Amino acid sequence: MEAHAAPYYRGGAPETGLAVYTQKVGMWVFLCSEIMFFTGLIGSYIILRFGASETWPAPGEVLNIPVTAVNTFILICSSVTMVKAFAASETGDKRGTRLFTLATALMGATFLGVQIYEYRELLHHDFGPWSGLYGSTFFTMTGFHGFHVFLGVVCMTWATLKAFRGGYDGGNYRGLEVLGLYWHFVDLVWIILFTIVYLI
Amino acid sequence: MATIVAQPTGVPVVEEHHEMSFIRKYIFSTDHKVIGIQFLFLSLFFLLVGGLLAMMMRWQLAWPGKAMPFGGLFPEAMAPGGIMLPEFYNSLVTMHGTFMVFFAIMLLLVGVYANYLIPLQIGAPDMAFPRLNMISFWLAVPAGVIALASFAVEGGAAGAGWTSYAPLSALPEASGVSLGQQMWIVSLVILGLSSILGSTNYITTVINMRAPGMTWMRLPLTVWALFITAILALLAMPVLSGALIMLLFDQTLGTHFFLPASGGQPLLWQHLFWFFGHPEVYILILPAMGFASEILAVGSRKPVFGYKAMVGAIIAIAFLGWIVWGHHMFQSGMNPVLGTTFMVSTLVIAVPSAIKTFNWMGTMWRGNLHLHSPMLFAIGFVMLFVIGGLSGIFMASAPFDIFIHDTYFIVAHIHYVLFGGALFAIFGAIYYWYPKMFGRMMSERWGKIHFGLTFIFFNLAFFPMHTQGLAGMMRRLYDTSGYTHTADIQDTHLLISFSAFALFASGAIFAFNFFWSMFRGERAPDNPWNATTLEWQTPSPPKHGNWEEAPVVYHGPHEYSHPDVTDKDWLAQNERPDVVSPARH
Amino acid sequence: MNWTLPENIATYGGKIDAVFWVITIVTAIAFVLVEVGIIWFTIRYRQREGRRAHYTHGDKNLEILWTAIPALAMVVLGIYSAGVWADIKGRESAPAESLHIGVRAKQFEWNVTYAGADEVLGTNDDFTIRNQLHFPANEPILVWLEAEDVLHSFFIPQLRVKQDAVPGMTIPVWFEATRSGEFQIGCAELCGLGHYRMRARVFIHEQADYEAWVGEQIASRGQTGEAEETELATAASAPEAADEPASTHDHSAGGM
Repeated sequence: MEAHAAPYYRGGAPETGLAVYTQKVGMWVFLCSEIMFFTGLIGSYIILRFGASETWPAPGEVLNIPVTAVNTFILICSSVTMVKAFAASETGDKRGTRLFTLATALMGATFLGVQIYEYRELLHHDFGPWSGLYGSTFFTMTGFHGFHVFLGVVCMTWATLKAFRGGYDGGNYRGLEVLGLYWHFVDLVWIILFTIVYLI
Repeated sequence: MATIVAQPTGVPVVEEHHEMSFIRKYIFSTDHKVIGIQFLFLSLFFLLVGGLLAMMMRWQLAWPGKAMPFGGLFPEAMAPGGIMLPEFYNSLVTMHGTFMVFFAIMLLLVGVYANYLIPLQIGAPDMAFPRLNMISFWLAVPAGVIALASFAVEGGAAGAGWTSYAPLSALPEASGVSLGQQMWIVSLVILGLSSILGSTNYITTVINMRAPGMTWMRLPLTVWALFITAILALLAMPVLSGALIMLLFDQTLGTHFFLPASGGQPLLWQHLFWFFGHPEVYILILPAMGFASEILAVGSRKPVFGYKAMVGAIIAIAFLGWIVWGHHMFQSGMNPVLGTTFMVSTLVIAVPSAIKTFNWMGTMWRGNLHLHSPMLFAIGFVMLFVIGGLSGIFMASAPFDIFIHDTYFIVAHIHYVLFGGALFAIFGAIYYWYPKMFGRMMSERWGKIHFGLTFIFFNLAFFPMHTQGLAGMMRRLYDTSGYTHTADIQDTHLLISFSAFALFASGAIFAFNFFWSMFRGERAPDNPWNATTLEWQTPSPPKHGNWEEAPVVYHGPHEYSHPDVTDKDWLAQNERPDVVSPARH
Repeated sequence: MNWTLPENIATYGGKIDAVFWVITIVTAIAFVLVEVGIIWFTIRYRQREGRRAHYTHGDKNLEILWTAIPALAMVVLGIYSAGVWADIKGRESAPAESLHIGVRAKQFEWNVTYAGADEVLGTNDDFTIRNQLHFPANEPILVWLEAEDVLHSFFIPQLRVKQDAVPGMTIPVWFEATRSGEFQIGCAELCGLGHYRMRARVFIHEQADYEAWVGEQIASRGQTGEAEETELATAASAPEAADEPASTHDHSAGGM
């Protein structure tokens, strides 16, 4: 708030608020909600899996782990480029900002593409949400993660266009920093999901 | 205006005021005050709808199988010949709970007052994200419309209770409801999103938008309560959303989360629902506690007794609220050892509730009580909340819960907490902040009559339900006359139904007062209650941007009857100490 | 209007009713204290010309006092309740020598399975009767509770027993009646449009009468099979449901 800049009365009116800009606080708060959403899904998965009478397929029996591992790597790389994009915009590096926002958006889109390919393959082999608790939990969890990536890609596409129009020039990094928080969060969720759904 | 004696104490806020079109100003407004008032009309509408559904249930319970008045207006699928069908009764049970919990009480407490009060009470010009705020209102509207429209679809509205226990809610062939249940789910997912966006906004605003000098321990208790409530909603709503989506997938995509035939777990739904649901219960009472604390201080002309203990109690209740959900499931088939754990954590919650109650009494003690309508409702809130809190102890004790679980005892309890508690505080809040919202006073005389009738008929309607529960009468029964152990309580049903009709009718007095005062009420001064908090130190109603100059805060929130201030009995939060007197705060 | 609990006929029912009375006394004290205090303050301190409220921000000693007393009361209540709870619903609480009966709930009826001549539940000679629960007084009964379609809740008020029936689970429920008589099972969990009429008759016999009744059932089944059961079912107290087909004989309660 502007009012913080010039306290009128010096007789003991302490400053309030965090030394963090509001959009960033807002995104952190929102991510807490997202954590609880995925906690609900993952918690249900754990309860269903360990309470299940059916035997759970071994890792790799149904799912194609190598393809998804590559996909995971792509998503991790996109987090790196996201950091680079933010760093570039902070230092006023126009070319870097454009390049790295574009790279992030493209890698996010690639991840989604591979996930759609994976879904198609699975459905082709008659493995769908109706295929026991395994299918129910797999498609619900990865589907909701994919939906979050999709929202991220939409925002990143918009950010890329903005970068090419010079919207982040002159050290205007806040938009990318806030978006980056979301992007890294979605990434982190994927690493957890990949571990518990594919590897364990 | 004359009541403001404070010197200007702030820096001018540069706010550009463009002339806005009617639509930008009143429909798609980003002004938190307009959004709060929009929520007020929306939630009062759903309070009316929920009340009407309750009246129909009370008719059926008092005179089972008799044609309802105006029953002919209902289609064959609900009430052929005006006689209610059991499946329609189940829809009424479900939608009464859904509307009252999610669309009336929750929106009244949080939608209306978090929006309206937080920026004003912390001295901010608006919310942190005004456009997000507008979106959260315009998500709540379609959510309500979808829920309401579900009555019109084939199979009727959802009929598995507001808790929608699986597998009944997941199996259309068992409940007879398919589209209605799905609409119920979609409606609540949308409302959940609205609530999450709203909470993000409230939390960020309180953290980062407080005026200079508005430290955490100078926040009015209302803001504290709304802030903690927002945290609860932020963390609880997404769990409900996840569970609702799983339930929807069970119906539409063929998943098996809650369907035991294919390995799913019905109890998982209950765990997820109550993991959300118990924090939700506190979402529905904490803001009410905040309003009551504030109104009691204003009405008693005293600071809130034990302010820090009150804040601590709010935080303790919110924290404990996360580890007690299993007390809804003592008889569910959950491991009895878990039942013991949940019983202990639940009983512990009685402690912060007791702290609050005693501090409210402490606030009234040796005060100078102005018994205006808001104050009467706040006192009524304490008296009735105590009954709801004490009856909760019966259910918290797992062995006695064996008997009263799923009986009318729990119905009595929930209504003492949500109507006697939350709604009484809401009525108090409406009378109290109405002058600020609309610039006019509500009629005091009709307010007092409204209070008297509501208090009497509320108790006559809901207290006897305890006795029905003790007789062993199960809840959600379309017709209670078929059981031997409930055969001799039919006269109690009559008493309850007549009282409920009278209670509903006394709501008409409120409605009349509300709308009449909007146009004909006495013009309100800026600070009609001589209150200390910031919202009263700005015009009624406040302009867009709230402040001519940003306020600077020097005092705690409820400084009434300070011995150093002799010409009046209150000290506004933004009064400069060197101007007024050498106050110690 | 009814101000107390229905008659108790369960051996452990006295413990539950004692919890009720203890909580009633504790809450009644708190209730009177608070309500009388509020009304008295409202009258005593109502606005008067020239009166000025006493300025105070609270009292630390009082805060400690009214935190400690409720906390102590709740801890005592918790420990007391936990003991009763473990006695009644604990996994190990059911007496070892009990009569086993299977109850399977479905929309909107209670199917009760009795051990046949071999006195072992889960064998081929079990027989099932719809909407009638027979058992002897003064003997521990262990019900294996199941549900077929949705949640139901097995509730006999006078026996102080309530337990949800969950599809996919077999939940043991035990009780012992102190006298013979006729009562009702009610469904306490919303289970659909017939929830309100999902009830069954409970016949508690003297030991000898029960044995005679079982003997009759086995004998009549040996001769006429299904016919007897259908007749019994028609006699059940839910005439709305009587035209639906009865359950089959070969059902066995799982989880044994």
